[in-house]
Amino acid sequence: MTSVLFDAPGPKAKTRYFAIGVLATLVVLGILAFIIIRLVESGQFTAAKWQIFTFPLVQRTILEATVATLSAFATAAVLSLIVGVILAVGKLSDHKWVSVPCYWFVELFRAVPLLILMMIIYYGLPTVGIQGITPFTAVVAGLTLYNGSVLAEAFRAGIESLPKGQREAGMAIGLRKSGVMMHILFPQASRAMLPVIISQLVVILKDTALGFIVTYNEVLFQAKYFGSQAQYGSPIVPAAMVAAVIYVGLCLILAGIAKYVEKRLSHSKKLAGGGATAVAEKVNIESQ
Amino acid sequence: MDLFVTGFKNTLILFFFSAIAALILGTIVGAMRVSPVPAARATGTLYVNVVRNTPLTLVLFFFALGYPKLGLPPIDFITAAIIGLSLYTATYIAETLRSGINTVPLGQAEAARAIGLTFGQTLTLVVLPQAFRSVIPPLFSVLIALLKNTTVAAGFSVAEAGAIRANLSERGEPALVGLLWVALVFIVLVAGLSLLQRYFENKWRVAR
Repeated sequence: MTSVLFDAPGPKAKTRYFAIGVLATLVVLGILAFIIIRLVESGQFTAAKWQIFTFPLVQRTILEATVATLSAFATAAVLSLIVGVILAVGKLSDHKWVSVPCYWFVELFRAVPLLILMMIIYYGLPTVGIQGITPFTAVVAGLTLYNGSVLAEAFRAGIESLPKGQREAGMAIGLRKSGVMMHILFPQASRAMLPVIISQLVVILKDTALGFIVTYNEVLFQAKYFGSQAQYGSPIVPAAMVAAVIYVGLCLILAGIAKYVEKRLSHSKKLAGGGATAVAEKVNIESQ
Repeated sequence: MDLFVTGFKNTLILFFFSAIAALILGTIVGAMRVSPVPAARATGTLYVNVVRNTPLTLVLFFFALGYPKLGLPPIDFITAAIIGLSLYTATYIAETLRSGINTVPLGQAEAARAIGLTFGQTLTLVVLPQAFRSVIPPLFSVLIALLKNTTVAAGFSVAEAGAIRANLSERGEPALVGLLWVALVFIVLVAGLSLLQRYFENKWRVAR
């Protein structure tokens, strides 16, 4: 798609590209090698530092932490989808007293940093007498409010990207406003927005890592805990590596699902119009 | 009050330097991803895919807690946070720019090639200036996200706005009020960035 930027390489350019390629590979390998040598020299790969990860108990704890991450992710994902839909419909409402509060709600929670939101919920709310806030609720509530607002924007953009005729046709056959929304606009919009929605889910998954700051017992929290075990030589770098592998793995699985869904949907002729995908791309960038 | 001033000063320092570094790095990586050299494309893609799928918290975790163990020249937390934030944000900027490059009409690049410009010239003289204009809204969204992400650094003992809470609660003042003020200032800062975005959008509107 971008090949328009350069001509097809001729024999001379091919050798040149090959040379650059070799050089670039060497540089990248050099950087990697430097990092690995540093790691080795500072003893990060010694058996002693990795020994802690061979204990079944530790492995089980890491597994439990992964489950904790996933459960926070799943709860927050479902809730923020619901919140997102409600807010999107609210913002599009014809009644000012519904749409204006929804608008400000979305703007407000999109502007507040997620971490601050979690802290307000976890550290702030108990001081005004709201009890029973566990780290889990704080993480899930923070994620839901923030990502719900972002998803609301995505849904709204999806609905607005639909051709006007869809809505008018729905009205013409006598559906009410709610009927038009539920049966005509929403199904199309959510399909058009599926790539955005799924990439936002990846964001939710990544942002559960913020939970470690409000002491939620998830992967990064455990990584820090194991990383500071002095009798195993404080294996903080190995712990970070383990956590990185878990996160990148989970995110790649989600991204793979996203790609699969996108591929299946692109066969659907209903989405032939480029408008929705263009909007999807735009919102996609915003939604990180 | 002092706390707020130093906190937000550090937030702005983090934001400013990370934004510049990320813009530069992101442009380079974005250019690599559309370059004719397969190796550069592969490197760019690998970098973007790996870093985008890593939580920012983990990136900062590594720089703040892991890096000092490597026996490299020590850096202070602010520098570490700037490096982490830049590396992370650069991937988003690269992706944004790449989508911007795709919006530049084909004829532009074809015309540039037709008058004999090389790939580098085509990109820097013809395509990128136009791409930058068309991606101003998403670019600012990335920058707003970066501004909000600076709070994550608070979790790693950079004394910026997000760390105000810890200080306040040490003094026994109500955490909620302090946090709400922090949130309010962030809303104002984000609104400021949005205004800036609108200004640039109007100034550099692409006449097509």
